[in-house]
Amino acid sequence: MKGAKPIRVNRAFGAIVEGEALVSTEGFSPRYDLDRWSGLISRPGHALEGHNIRDKILITPSAKGGIAAGWAFYDIRAKGIAPKAFVFGVTNPVMVQGAVFAGITITEGWSADPYQLIRTGDIVRVDPQKKTLVLVRRAAT
Amino acid sequence: MRLNAEEKKMLRGDLGRAVQEALQLQFEVGKFFGAKRFVPVSNVHMMGDIEVMGDAGKSFLERAAQSGAKCRQPTTTNARCIDFAHVARLQQDPDEARKEKELIACLRRMDVITADTCINYQTLYQPHLGEHVAWGDTGTVIYANSVFGARSNFEAGPAALAAGLTGRVPAYGFHLDEHRRGTFQVNLKADLDDLADWGAIGKIVGSGHQDYYAVPVFSGFKRVPTADELKQLGAALASYGSMGMFHMVGVTPEAPTLKAAFGGRKPKEVMTISNRDIEKVYAGYDKQNNPLNLVVFSGPQQSLFEMKTLAALLKGRKVAKGSQLFITTSNGVKSAAKELGYLQDIEQSGAMVLEGVCFYILQNLPQMRVREGWSNLVTNSAKLANIIGAHKFNTILRRTAECVDIACTGRDVR
Repeated sequence: MKGAKPIRVNRAFGAIVEGEALVSTEGFSPRYDLDRWSGLISRPGHALEGHNIRDKILITPSAKGGIAAGWAFYDIRAKGIAPKAFVFGVTNPVMVQGAVFAGITITEGWSADPYQLIRTGDIVRVDPQKKTLVLVRRAAT
Repeated sequence: MRLNAEEKKMLRGDLGRAVQEALQLQFEVGKFFGAKRFVPVSNVHMMGDIEVMGDAGKSFLERAAQSGAKCRQPTTTNARCIDFAHVARLQQDPDEARKEKELIACLRRMDVITADTCINYQTLYQPHLGEHVAWGDTGTVIYANSVFGARSNFEAGPAALAAGLTGRVPAYGFHLDEHRRGTFQVNLKADLDDLADWGAIGKIVGSGHQDYYAVPVFSGFKRVPTADELKQLGAALASYGSMGMFHMVGVTPEAPTLKAAFGGRKPKEVMTISNRDIEKVYAGYDKQNNPLNLVVFSGPQQSLFEMKTLAALLKGRKVAKGSQLFITTSNGVKSAAKELGYLQDIEQSGAMVLEGVCFYILQNLPQMRVREGWSNLVTNSAKLANIIGAHKFNTILRRTAECVDIACTGRDVR
């Protein structure tokens, strides 16, 4: 989208990806919150309960506990239900180790609050080389 | 990142493909976090079982084992998803049990010690002040950093295995002095008489500070806590807050004084926890008009001291008809509990003691929940109360004796 300034991310790994944003106001764990057979956020009461993370660019403020997440990313990637990228406000090493092991793009930190700019359904691009998160176009309304 | 001659050899593939891939993974993770070098580790603890790894993870491990890769440093395993003595009784999938056995054989071929415990810090290995280790299970990491003053980041299964194969980890996070200082202060004014109370602190403090690099400094407590109490506190802080370290003034080795714990910096925040705050945590759970027919002591596994307490509470009593009580522990603790007679007192009540597993990763747990008609899960572990949500349990945190009463009566006195 012309005129939308890219958001800078602090740290990044992976390939450049473009896809539909899934924006969460709540932190995320693939072990606590996710049904690892369908890709649906399954924990009752989670801000994204009922949404599917498959092929999405998941934007979430924080990571939650859980060493088991390291294998979980590899598992969901093999099952074809992984997101294209994880965009975290703050994350922890487990998420990074898991994403690197599975070959999923991951970033941490942002120069501007993405919640002001990006909504679920918008198309966004994550560029780990340039360390940017860009709004490509708004969701069809 | 600077690599020494040996690391360059590893990255080139001179020590085999498994070691090369392991170092590549560690190199990328190190780059992400801005690590400048690797540090050698003396001990590795990894999570690896079929429930968390899935078929893809198992295939990865089989390839590594077939290539002849071996761990260079002592490497132990975390709790797993199957206690083979109870597969039939729990109606677990025989096919998954077979895969779990194959997976264990693979790990042993790679020189991994399949000890299957999440309380390695109580039962297997106690690193010293400043010792670099690579541990997985967040509860083990926060205990190593905080109580022993050892140095570890959260090492997920593949990352811990990589550390076992290369004997090193990238130096970032809690391997560096700068991340080990306290960031905020928590004054403990509550009585804290039960293990669950310590977990409740972890819930209060962790929920409000979900940040790996937030390091709480506890002060003002009325009594020096036991190892099991610190275990519950750490496990809950790591679970709710994704935290990897805490200090307790006069208790933990890097906090001889409040000033030392903060390393000369000022706390960003000072909070106080009173008895009222703890009671509020307990009051926050609701049984939602469903039966209280499942009580679990797990996450972390029970120590011998906890087994003794449970034996005393259960002696001469019976688990209520239609209810079930599960306790998980390590093989070593269960053997000792048997020798001491604790196990008999526990099992005669009708409770089931599982070894080498954690309840929340039990293979087939979602199906078990539906089949058994479980909705509520009552526990004295704040960590378990937090993490089992993805399996659609409604959890209720209660003190240890209250949990036993609920198991034996089906009623909650609160």
